[in-house]
Order: sequence, then structure tokens, then C-alpha cells
Amino acid sequence: MSVDKETVKRVARLARIAVTDEEAASLQGELNTILGFVEQLNEVDVTGIEPMIAVIAMQPRMREDAVNDGGKAADIVANAPVREGNFFVVPKVVE
Amino acid sequence: MNEAVRTKKPSKLIRGATGDWEVVIGMEVHAQVASNAKLFSGASTEFGGAPNDHVSLVDAAMPGMLPVINRECVAQAVRTGLGLKAAINLRSVFDRKNYFYPDLPQGYQISQYKQPVVGEGAVEVDMPDGETITVGIERLHLEQDAGKSIHDQSPTMSLVDLNRSGVALMEIVSKPDIRSSEEARLYLTKLRTILRYLGTCDGDMEKGSLRADVNVSVRRPGEPLGTRCEIKNVNSIRFVGQAVDYEARRQIEIIEEGGTIDQETRLLDASKGETRSMRSKEEAHDYRYFPDPDLLPLEFEQGWVDGLAAELPELPDAKKTRFIAGHGLSAYDATVLTAEKETADYFEAVARGRDAKLAANWVINELAGRLNREGKSIVDTPVSAAQLGAILDLIGENVISGKIAKDLFEIVFAEGGDPREIVEKRGMKQVTDTGAIEKVVAEIVAANPDKAEQARLKPAMIGWFVGQVMKASGGKANPQAVNAALKAKLGME
Repeated sequence: MSVDKETVKRVARLARIAVTDEEAASLQGELNTILGFVEQLNEVDVTGIEPMIAVIAMQPRMREDAVNDGGKAADIVANAPVREGNFFVVPKVVE
Repeated sequence: MNEAVRTKKPSKLIRGATGDWEVVIGMEVHAQVASNAKLFSGASTEFGGAPNDHVSLVDAAMPGMLPVINRECVAQAVRTGLGLKAAINLRSVFDRKNYFYPDLPQGYQISQYKQPVVGEGAVEVDMPDGETITVGIERLHLEQDAGKSIHDQSPTMSLVDLNRSGVALMEIVSKPDIRSSEEARLYLTKLRTILRYLGTCDGDMEKGSLRADVNVSVRRPGEPLGTRCEIKNVNSIRFVGQAVDYEARRQIEIIEEGGTIDQETRLLDASKGETRSMRSKEEAHDYRYFPDPDLLPLEFEQGWVDGLAAELPELPDAKKTRFIAGHGLSAYDATVLTAEKETADYFEAVARGRDAKLAANWVINELAGRLNREGKSIVDTPVSAAQLGAILDLIGENVISGKIAKDLFEIVFAEGGDPREIVEKRGMKQVTDTGAIEKVVAEIVAANPDKAEQARLKPAMIGWFVGQVMKASGGKANPQAVNAALKAKLGME
């Protein structure tokens, strides 16, 4: 599998990363090297082997249904570049 | 896609300019899980609240925060799956659905993609004509809700509140088994009823606890499925019907004029009853799902599922069947009474040891009608089941007539009190003493000789006399006794 320059630019846009044409060309090379390496892994026969999710077989921790967090609106918006009261303020986005 | 599951019903087809069309509908319903805390954090799910007050650092996606799943939210999803007669998956996986929007601070929604917690099930929907349709459930998965953007406070900026961010939702996906706007409305109504019986979602559509994405396509009967459009975020049952009606018409017109349907996302403008294209979403459809590395697969034992199953309440279908078989109610009455669990419980309390059909009539016609006029629900009825039961007992004992019972009901509704005492104190007992009734009848007949003459020729005139006697007795005379006395006096029969 390999990617062309258009794919690189599309993926960049989906990730909201600004990429110039020159950068896209060089990223294309880097990504194709990585994809080529990953492709090598396909040579290993993994028939009948469950994908390993975690090194130690374990169950996810669960929390009880209790409210024990929140009430810290000032902290939540503390680093917001713009705020109004305890709202975040962002450039208008509307359908 | 199970295109052949439903047999075609001519009455459900839509007539176009060039022939009949069949509308095919599938729905994705987002139901907010009833829980105290959010799906992956300990912040409150309570509606409202000051801006960003019900937000933890996890919900705000601060760096380094890790999600820990709320066990009760999982239990609620499993209960819902059981209520939908669906397969429960003992192992499911959380994935990241990637997109950018200001009210989604993570930049992705934690959802379930290829391995949802609940698999295939079914919902039975009763149609008004007596037909029962089965709508297949494709899957149910758990996911996070997003925050809320407020656009009307400034011309150039939007305000973002993350109180809803991270609240647990169940997305319930139906198969494309729905064939009319009426079916779509009744499917959503039934789903809401089931969720409310289970207590897994409060079903409050005004607060956004239940929203539907409606997929609509049209085709010539018997042909393969057409291209569908998805109408997003429809937030009332009535609007679902509107969206389907408008969208089906729109698609039929385009095809009949030689055009083709673009697969797209649309929005319902409820004030105009129209749908319009939501172009900005088109590009966003590349969600690049992948398993969330912060979360292990969700696994639980069959024994835990069995425990939840054992504690499920009686569901609307079972209750309805029992009301028909056990209480002798009509299918219609049973459907009305079981639509809300509180109404069913109320009915059962009134019917216990009494005439169930009479109880059903009073609950459906008098009580529900009266509550409706006041804009009240059965939960805040001023007439308790015990009070209504007492009124029915008074009718059964012939202490009051059905007509007086309605007056009595009105008094209890407005003022409260013990019905039996009210009847006693206000002298509302019906007069069954035939001597007293005959005396009134004789007086009225004597005072209206011309009318009496007419009544002998035209028996329908007796109604006028009944009215007069009832009036003279303050409505308390037993109507059967009045009728009998009048007929005897006027020499009828």
C-alpha cells in the first residue's frame, strides 16, 4: 500500500494540519516508508491468533454511578483564549 | 438489507405523477442513558446547570485524562438490549470516531463501531388498523454525547457549554423496515415507551433525551432500495412524521422529473415543514474509526446479564397481553392503558376487585381526558386510584348514577376528599324510591298535557320528559326507574 500526494493532503486536512505542497511531497515519502515497513508485518502468519489488546490479560476498571466530579467551571475555562462568563467562546460555527 | 421482509400494502404506497412509490425508512435513535454520572467521568448528567459546571477534566479532554467506564451505563444498555429482545454481546469494543467541532473537545467521539454491546433485536408496533408490524433492530451501541454550542448570542462568535459532553447515549439503529410516516412515528413512540418502562432513558424529547436521525428513500414497489437521505436530529415524534412526508415527496418529484437523488445529510426546518441540505457535513463523513487505545474491550459474564434480565419490569407488550387476557379489555384499550407505565399501574389499582372494563373506561375517557385538558400527566393526577375506585364502587352499589358519578368526579378532581363522604354530605345519592319518582313523573305529566299527548304518538318525545324529571330531581333520580315510571304513566308499551 502506498499513498499519493492528494491522499496526504486530504489526511492532513482531516487532521486540521496545514501542509504546503512541498511538505506534502516529503511527507508522502516518509509515510510510504512507514507503510512499507508495516506491510512487512503482513508476511507473518497470524492465522488463529487473537489480536493482543493488552500485555496483561485484564478487565477494564469500572466506576460506580456516583457524581464525584465537576463544579469547577472556572478551572475548565481557565486556559481558554476567549471566554464569556464560564462559556468557551469560539468563531461562529453554524449550519 | 432485508428488502423482502415486509409485504407490500397498497394503502401505504404514495401516489406520484407516474405511478405508485414505496417509502423505505430506517431510524437511528439517540437515547440518553438514565444515570447519575457520565459514561466515562464522575460529572453529573443533570439537565441544565450553570455553564461548564457539570464538567470534569475528562469531559473537557484535558491532556493526560483517562476515561473510566460507568458500570451502570453498561447495565442500562444491556437492560435496553434485553427489552428489545436483542442479542447481548459479552465482549464489545470502544472506538474513536474522529471529527472536528468546537463542542467536541477530544476531537473524537468515543463510540462503538464494529463490535457494539447489543446486536440484533425487534420491536413490535401496533398500528391503529389492528395490524402489528415488526421493526428489526440492527444494533445498539454506547457513545458519548457532545457539548452544546449557542449561536444566537453574538453575530460572529459561538458560546460552548460542555455540560452534556460525555453524557452516555445509546444509539439504537433500526433495520430499514418502516414503510410510512405513520409507522415511523409509532415506532419511535413504542421505542420511547419501552425505554421508559425499563427506566433506561427518561424519553423527555423537549430536553433532548431522545433524538432521531431518519433515513428515507423511495422506490417503485418491488424494486431494489433507492438512494437514501439522512435527516439529522429530529427532536419530536410529530416532526419525524413531517420529515418523512416532506422528504418522500421531494425525492419522488426529483425522480419523476428525470433527476437522481444525492446521498446526503439534511436538516428538518420544523417551522416550514421542509428539509434542506446540510452541505458542511459531507466532507466530515470520513470518521477514520479505530479502537480507542485508552479503553480495554468491554467484557462481562452471562451471569451478570441473567441477573439484569431477572430484574426487568414487565414490558408493555406483556402487560398489554395480560390486560386483554386477564381483564378482558379490548386491544385498543389495552394499548392506550399500557402506553405509559404510570397509567397502567393506576388502572390496575382502580381495577383491583372491580369491573375492569368500567375501570378502563373511566381511566381512558374521564381521567385521561380531564388531565389532558389541564395539561397534566397521570403522575400529578389530583384524583388518586383509591378515590376513583370509590366512585366506581358507588356506581356499582347503585348509590349514584353514571351521570352523578361524573359530577362527583369533577368535585373530587377540583377539591379532593372522600367520594363517599361527599355523596353523603351533598345529598348526591340517587333516588331509587319508585314512589317518589312516580310522584314527580305524575306532576310533570300533569303540568304538560300537550307534550304528554305528543309523546303518546311520538315515543321519542319521552326523552324530553326524562330530562324534566331528572331536572326536577336535581339529577339524582335513577334514570332506569324514571324511564319505567314515565312509560307506565304515558301508557307506552
